[in-house]
Amino acid sequence: MSDAGNAEHGHDHPKHELSHYAKRIYAIRDLLIEKGVITEKDIQCQIEYQEARSPANGANLVARAWGDAAFKGRLIADPKSACAEMGIDATAINEFVVLENTESVRHMVVCTLCSCYPRPILGRPPDWYKSFNYRQRAVVDPRSVMREFGLNLPDDVEVRVHDSTADIRYLILPLRPKGTENWSEADLAKLVTRDSMIGVMDPLDAIPE
Amino acid sequence: MNSATQFKPGDRVTVKFQDRPGHLRTPWYIRGKSGWIEQVHGEFRNPESLAFGHDGLPKKTLYLVAFNQSDVWGRTAAPKDKLLVDIYEHWLESSAQEREECEP
Repeated sequence: MSDAGNAEHGHDHPKHELSHYAKRIYAIRDLLIEKGVITEKDIQCQIEYQEARSPANGANLVARAWGDAAFKGRLIADPKSACAEMGIDATAINEFVVLENTESVRHMVVCTLCSCYPRPILGRPPDWYKSFNYRQRAVVDPRSVMREFGLNLPDDVEVRVHDSTADIRYLILPLRPKGTENWSEADLAKLVTRDSMIGVMDPLDAIPE
Repeated sequence: MNSATQFKPGDRVTVKFQDRPGHLRTPWYIRGKSGWIEQVHGEFRNPESLAFGHDGLPKKTLYLVAFNQSDVWGRTAAPKDKLLVDIYEHWLESSAQEREECEP
């Protein structure tokens, strides 16, 4: 358990043994830099770009759609243009589809093959989205997954699970919570959780003041 | 080979049950299962070619294919529930005559 060796270098090394895949990715990174294909700065910029995209983009889209029926229409008919209206760059997505939840239909998204996810809108997917557990159970037994996220649906509500296997990226437009009739867009956006845009749960309830 | 059978929304289809080496974007659990065309997404470059550095041409028609949960897993916990999978045309064949029950 000695990590005395770390003190000799100017930078930190992981204190645990790296996995096979981690070793491989570090080796590829070092080679790419050594051969001048990319620079360390490129990597840092890409990390910052990836981190800058967050579920806040999606929450703003949803909140606007809840408060503005015309915008909602545009968001469903032409999601990329609607994103551009709000300054959200969705051009990296090949094909972007917004699925509207209703009282009688709930949508849920999974990628059973890997981790396809609308990253420009929601940022990086949560670890559970990429887990074998979610990827199996989302298609086999979506209702029990939803129950674990706190959503108990009656049997007469139709559950539609989208397996995102190809060029389409899906965003769920969740149901607007009751009791939010006069809320501002900014306050509405606070109720829109990332998980409600993946479809495993409804947005947060409006808590009366 | 690629004389494409064009499907339209509502057409009954069965996913081909096949396997071969490569980057196949048709999940195992849906191979051999029957459903219907929900929507035509359009034409996209073929990922089975793109994955190996090729140009992905000719483009393939991509469909949104719907399945009853009960037709896929053989149980009926919630009879209305559906699975929807994006599937390329060359993985689909018509099953119009085989199954006429359970319309969408």
